[in-house]
Amino acid sequence: MIEIKNIQKTFGERTILSGISGKFLPGDTSLIIGGSGTGKSVLLKCMIGLIKPEEGQVLYDGRDFLTGDEDTQKAIRREMGVLFQGGALFDSKTVLENVRFPLDMLTNMPTSEKMERAQFCLQRVGLENAADRMPSEISGGMKKRVGIARAIVMNPKYLFCDEPNSGLDPLTSIKIDELIREITDEFKITTVVITHDMNSMMEIGEKIMFLYQGKKMWEGTSSTITQSNVAELNEFIYANKLLRDTKA
Amino acid sequence: MGVYSKLVLDECIQIGINSVFIVSIVSTFIGAVTCVQTAYNLVSPLVPLTIIAVIVRDSTILELAPTITCVVLSGKVGSNIAGGLGTMRITEQIDALEVMGINSSSYLVLPKVLASMITFPMLVILAGFLSIYGGYIAGTAADIITPEDYISGLRSDFKPFSITFALIKSVVFAFLISTISSFKGYYTAGGALEVGQASTAAVTNSCIAVLAADFLLAQLLL
Ligand SMILES: Nc1ncnc2c1ncn2[C@@H]1O[C@H](COP(=O)(O)OP(=O)(O)OP(=O)(O)O)[C@@H](O)[C@H]1O
Ligand SMILES: [Mg+2]
Repeated sequence: MIEIKNIQKTFGERTILSGISGKFLPGDTSLIIGGSGTGKSVLLKCMIGLIKPEEGQVLYDGRDFLTGDEDTQKAIRREMGVLFQGGALFDSKTVLENVRFPLDMLTNMPTSEKMERAQFCLQRVGLENAADRMPSEISGGMKKRVGIARAIVMNPKYLFCDEPNSGLDPLTSIKIDELIREITDEFKITTVVITHDMNSMMEIGEKIMFLYQGKKMWEGTSSTITQSNVAELNEFIYANKLLRDTKA
Repeated sequence: MGVYSKLVLDECIQIGINSVFIVSIVSTFIGAVTCVQTAYNLVSPLVPLTIIAVIVRDSTILELAPTITCVVLSGKVGSNIAGGLGTMRITEQIDALEVMGINSSSYLVLPKVLASMITFPMLVILAGFLSIYGGYIAGTAADIITPEDYISGLRSDFKPFSITFALIKSVVFAFLISTISSFKGYYTAGGALEVGQASTAAVTNSCIAVLAADFLLAQLLL
């Protein structure tokens, strides 16, 4: 379980996050939704320790991540997999080497086992044929999928995905959502997904947190999201005409 | 082979081997020009021609080979390091390393610094040799000096310490260029524009640092 308490972050004069708290449970796919520029990526980066919030706590199964000693932090880092918004693939390495990289750096597995594991993860995102290409030679959506493969290669306990399906066609997008939900259920991972995508919201949103201008405005599940009376949330989800019509 | 030794080796190729061509061209021409210009300035028949070779040798070993080579390398290697690290920073590759629990500065920066300190002295030795050889080719081809005079000039009154001095300089310059450029690249923030600015800053700053260190070392060691 990941618990965040009262996260506060400002850049210069601008307050990006004000007092965000929440719980993310193992085996659940928790979504963070909200408009562009509301601070979703910043919140994620606070949770994974890339940005230091001015205030607040991040607890991984009770272990304090931000102020914990170095060994605790290292141990937590080994247990998390992160997909960055842009993929963040190492551009001097091939797709397969990218996926294998955490295994190479952090484990003592024999090479054959590493290859097998990396290839298995590539297969799960449907990219076994792109293994030898360089990141510059694959499309944006493919980079995302390689990023997911790299994030899950170490069998993480905590999985973070920043917009896993933006820039993907609807079919691949659904496949990625299914993949995320499958591995979350299968290995009881605590998964946090940032998304704009209404489809994924309905499909995989077991728990949803809505951010608006750096504040948590609403929290619930995909079944209750349409019945909220938070004006900002309704505006956000009924931006989609199809949904607006179904509501009316 | 360990992960780190492989990284250092890769960087040696990237930083050292890939600079051989530019270093060779620059140093050969500089030697040739030094020879021709020294001859032009030596009009007195009282001065023996072997002096030309002595001057080419001494200016090459003391100053031209280490300093000019490293100024050229601060352009080539400095922009390469800063641009590479800057791009990794803005595309979140450095963040990705950090969340994996890998110390990004020791993974990315240390191999570059080590590789520079290993390969720069070698490049400087190559540059010294080629510069003196360039002087030989230019001098004999233009009938300024006979091969025998040039060789005997090279061998007269030779101080071995000047070689040590050149190598000390090259190691110091390597450290300065690689650390300054790494710093500029590693702490890039923003986008592609800032990566370009980081590269430019890396080159100008390391160039100035090289020249300042050159002066200081000459004061201290000579
Ligand atoms: N390093 C930074 N320095 C200063 N401001 C920043 C920094 N990172 C983000 N911001 C600001 O914080 C705000 C939130 O950014 P964030 O990237 O979290 O948005 P987001 O919700 O992820 O949007 P999107 O859906 O478009 O990715 C933005 O207004 C951005 O300008
Ligand atoms: Mg974002």
